[in-house]
Amino acid sequence: MINKQVASVAEAVADVFDGATVMVGGFGEAGSPIELLHALIDQGATDLTVVNNNTGSGEVGLAALIKAGRVAKMICSYPRTTNSTVFPELYRSGRIELELVPQGTLAERIRAGGAGIPAFYTQTAVGTPLEEGHERRTFDGCDYLLAHGLTADFAIIKGRTADQHGNVVYNKTARNFAPLMAMAATTTIVQASAVVSLGKLDPEVIVTPGIFVDRVIAVVDPEHESALVAAGVSYR
Amino acid sequence: MTDQPQQIGLTRDAMAQRVALDIRDGAYVNLGIGIPELVAKYVPEGREVIYHTENGLLGMGPSPEPGHGDPELINAGKRQVTANPGAAFFHHADSFAMIRGGHLDLCVLGALQVAANGDLANWSTGGPDAIPAVGGAMDLVAGVKTIYVITQHCTKKGDPKLVGACGYPLTGLGVVDRVYTDLAVIDITDRGFQLVELSPGVSFDYVQERTGAPLIAVGGAPVIGSTEP
Repeated sequence: MINKQVASVAEAVADVFDGATVMVGGFGEAGSPIELLHALIDQGATDLTVVNNNTGSGEVGLAALIKAGRVAKMICSYPRTTNSTVFPELYRSGRIELELVPQGTLAERIRAGGAGIPAFYTQTAVGTPLEEGHERRTFDGCDYLLAHGLTADFAIIKGRTADQHGNVVYNKTARNFAPLMAMAATTTIVQASAVVSLGKLDPEVIVTPGIFVDRVIAVVDPEHESALVAAGVSYR
Repeated sequence: MTDQPQQIGLTRDAMAQRVALDIRDGAYVNLGIGIPELVAKYVPEGREVIYHTENGLLGMGPSPEPGHGDPELINAGKRQVTANPGAAFFHHADSFAMIRGGHLDLCVLGALQVAANGDLANWSTGGPDAIPAVGGAMDLVAGVKTIYVITQHCTKKGDPKLVGACGYPLTGLGVVDRVYTDLAVIDITDRGFQLVELSPGVSFDYVQERTGAPLIAVGGAPVIGSTEP
């Protein structure tokens, strides 16, 4: 019997190790797996490389993980947003590394990593400062840059509904990077508002097939980052 | 009579309204954050435009009524939006396949600088204390078929934003097709900036003085708003 459901967020992230690369789903607060992030803070793993589009906001979720000093390096496209204060401070004082990647290249690098494609060429960033370090090659008269596929040790993502096989559907624009990260990580951990019995999810609408998922944890009423920030919550 | 100087040039809303006239019925459009977002308000009646937001939605609608939003239904600026009937959600790789694969018809973006050869700088001032953040800007300008820029003609300090060569870090090379400012509509051509239309009460010389590269006049440029869409 396959049953990927675990009993607690603590159990879900128990084996994240120091120095791991962790992909974290979400675009802004949409799809941010707050409860799994807080469990990761409690768990204590450090020297992490984190892949996310942003760097969190306020002092909860991803921003709290960064504030706790657990993140050595961020790979992201947009590390400053409204209410994002933790990352800029650490970055300016040289205490966190940043690999800035154009958003579409970041998404495709993750997809490629999960699809067994070591690298690909893209027109994005040709002739810009972000070309530095990338091989340039011409196809049919146009210039392209080489980008490498990106994989991770863990992905922590948020779905709306999952089942015991790890099939997942998402809520609106909370989907964003999650299906790609699920493919690209060795161990993919999903928090979902509901975990339903097999057969309840229509096979025609499943977004992430369970083969890409290792653990599922029900977080029935997940917190929203903006509400926590507005309430002045600081995790830890 | 007062000493108050007369307002010269279009308001932000009038600029957005002018851009909207050039969006054809049935177009798939990505609007950048800021002034570009205003364009959606002014699409002429009878035209259906489908808005793409790169965080995974086609068929984006306006902001929700207060109290009816979903924090997980947002646009690329991370503000709550709605999904129109016929909308679709998708993941980031599909979203940027739409962009990179040339499936979107038009992107309207803001700018720090636009050069006469169509180079665009709009993501970083390159300042030593700036946190570099690019988002989807480089993907959009590299992949979308037509790129319109909507911007004030000059910076708050009065420096031209239309220049011979961009001094700020580039977003893309030779990517801009047309620029809509408070003073004029200007095409990027093989010969450089070419005047298309002037704002009411603005002369060619007035625009040229505020443009950092030669402006080409072809015939008499009509006044914005004087021609039917």
